[in-house]
Amino acid sequence: MITRFITITLIALIISFSAVAVEPNEVLKDKSLENRARNLSKGLRCLVCQNQSIDDSNADLARDLRVILRERLKAGDSDKEVIGFIVARYGEFVLLDPPVNPRTALLWGGPGLIIIISGISLALWFRRRNTTIAEELSKIEKESLVSLLEDTPDRRGPEK
Amino acid sequence: MTAEIGHFSLILALVLSIFQGTIPLAGAALNRNQWVAVARPAARGQFLFVTIAFLSLIYAFLTSDFSVANVAQNSHTLKPILYKFAGVWGNHEGSMVLWVFILALFGLAVAEFGNGLPPTLHARVLAIQGLIGFAFLAFILFTSNPFLRLDPPPMEGNGLNPVLQDPGLAFHPPFLYLGYVGFSIAFSFAVAALIEGRVDPAWARWVRPWTLAAWCALTVGIALGSWWAYYELGWGGWWFWDPVENASFIPWLVGTALLHSSIVVEKRDALKSWTILLAILTFSMSLLGTFLVRSGILTSVHTFASDPERGVFILGLLVFVVGGSLTLYAIRAPMLKGGGLFAPISREGALVLNNLLLTTGAAVVLLGTLYPLILDAVGGGKISVGPPFFNATFVPLMVPVMLAPVVGAMLHWKRGDIGSVLGRLKIALSIALIGIVATGYFAENIKDLLAAGGIGIGVWLIFGSTVEISERISLFRGTFSNSLRRFARLPRSQLGMAIAHGALGIMVLGITASSAWRVENIQLMAPGDIASVSGYSLKFDGTKKIIGPNYQGERGTFIITKDGKKIGTLNPEKRRYPSANSETTEAGILTTISGDLYAVLGDERKNSAQGGSSWTARIYFNPLVAWIWIGAILMAAGGIISLTDRRHRIGPPKTARSPNKNNNKISSI
Repeated sequence: MITRFITITLIALIISFSAVAVEPNEVLKDKSLENRARNLSKGLRCLVCQNQSIDDSNADLARDLRVILRERLKAGDSDKEVIGFIVARYGEFVLLDPPVNPRTALLWGGPGLIIIISGISLALWFRRRNTTIAEELSKIEKESLVSLLEDTPDRRGPEK
Repeated sequence: MTAEIGHFSLILALVLSIFQGTIPLAGAALNRNQWVAVARPAARGQFLFVTIAFLSLIYAFLTSDFSVANVAQNSHTLKPILYKFAGVWGNHEGSMVLWVFILALFGLAVAEFGNGLPPTLHARVLAIQGLIGFAFLAFILFTSNPFLRLDPPPMEGNGLNPVLQDPGLAFHPPFLYLGYVGFSIAFSFAVAALIEGRVDPAWARWVRPWTLAAWCALTVGIALGSWWAYYELGWGGWWFWDPVENASFIPWLVGTALLHSSIVVEKRDALKSWTILLAILTFSMSLLGTFLVRSGILTSVHTFASDPERGVFILGLLVFVVGGSLTLYAIRAPMLKGGGLFAPISREGALVLNNLLLTTGAAVVLLGTLYPLILDAVGGGKISVGPPFFNATFVPLMVPVMLAPVVGAMLHWKRGDIGSVLGRLKIALSIALIGIVATGYFAENIKDLLAAGGIGIGVWLIFGSTVEISERISLFRGTFSNSLRRFARLPRSQLGMAIAHGALGIMVLGITASSAWRVENIQLMAPGDIASVSGYSLKFDGTKKIIGPNYQGERGTFIITKDGKKIGTLNPEKRRYPSANSETTEAGILTTISGDLYAVLGDERKNSAQGGSSWTARIYFNPLVAWIWIGAILMAAGGIISLTDRRHRIGPPKTARSPNKNNNKISSI
């Protein structure tokens, strides 16, 4: 099993490392259309690679996707329609930028939640700390007061 | 024979680690000095046996002993000697041996340099180190033994994955592990302090140099990894928010927080329990990083589930270490009383803000890294969390982290005055504003405006740190020789801090410029064709066949001219490694201070008519990209300078355990 896993990873590595991605013959003549294509392909995952966008990958599947994407753009699709077209065929896994929906609610809400929780706990900590230490100080103060009143030199620390 | 010696040494080390992990703990609890005294010789023995094992594995790799299964699977006779050597840790089993070797090395260092520590604390720290060693040695021996033999041995090995045959990556794992494992010292100190029930400034003085050293190593390790990705993977990027990268970045973030909070413990005797918690979390994240990379869970939750032996072992270890230490923390931490009071606007306050944001940042990266795994594991289907998520969530969090250090470093302890600090920083502030306006003026879109902000932050950090240092040495306010004298007397930790903060600024400039203003040119080029990028002309001069020690390939030549003057050549390569049956690309890079020219060769296309051939060439101009790694190295250098601070060299003051001795010394002076 482990060897199969290693082989698969190796194949993926070999596929993804051997050369460069976007080929000159894929590039669209219309510059603004090509720019849109590049932007879109940066957000789409190459499904047979490890964490690579189809813009970066030279795997055959990535190339096919780039070509499909450009064909849809030439046919006049909007960005949204193109993405919808690809997601309908490959699933949401293909999106490097996960859409906000119930499945990803915790993902997108998480950072905000973490900030709020840590902010509140910091504020609480500051308040609690100031009160407890104030009490403690008064205790120490009382003691030092007593010692001062009694004026017992042996209770003082050694001279510095 | 050597493999058996190595195998046997590992078993001895395992047995010894049981003693190291238990007897000193019991001795410290029961007040038995002889049991406490076991810790040091045990740590020495541990180091000895693990070193023998590590050396035997190195020997097996260097001599290409293919009767050892691990060598046969990961080495090859034709491999250059450096990669035979680096191949020792280029695979799972070997990298785990490297892990315990570094652990034993740190254990030895604590044993030898820990003389000033209270004996029970010293023994407990070594015992915790022993327990960690036990877990990893057991993991190696029971699931990942590198010394297993093959019978009959093959004539030739499989070879190391060619993309890993690279100087940058040869030294990436050792540095990474120096960082991960170095944090284990902070962890052991934290757990030992929890058992002792005592955390004081002397404790923090002990922990800080270890944390700092580990942090420096991790910084260098991550920088090496990203540099490698930049020139080897061949698409010009340097950070991909890949789970493997995140696995090392999360401990770095938490470790950076730990570094800063331990300053507060040392100087102000405050934030104790938080610092202990951070020490536990930092090492836990290091373990999690090891787990994520080593268990195969990143590739697929299902791979993990179908071959769970190693993964379950590390997961169990993780649960035990994290769960155990956090339980101990929950029981004991309330006993730790906080010390010095401080107002929110103070140096402590700034360090708390740093901690809050860095740990939040680490939590966000952790969330993005684990979310797809968890969602898949609970049957929620597969999703991808890529760079867009991290850019939208993590990057904004880091903006205040980048703005705060300069101000924080100039605030007073206990209660600061932010207005007066900003007044003293007005030069840096104005230069940063000029930077923003100057770059923002040419902005064509929102991305450019954001980049202008990034430039402002970088400039602010660099000049802010400069102002801070020049204030401390009274530059321009007295004679120059006076300033020089003050500079020489400046505490190294101050200087190190300013350098590290300034280096962060250099890095921010590199990150901003290379992400916002990269120029790309992809075209099919025949020999003699000229491509132009950012004012440079690159003439393609064709390709030549090359033969390396264990590969063949083609090397292209691009002659670079600017304004008609030749300024250099680029030699991108395509290599084929027959033993591994794979190809790699080596980018051709010309680094200048303003940016890198970067060329990659793609596929060859024969021109049927003339008989020649054209190549797909991808040429980039990556502005300021080298500043990222210069910044990272300077940051680590700042850490090292801080390590040479006098108070780290002489160690913390002796505790009151031997008052007579101390008094005698003082009176004799």
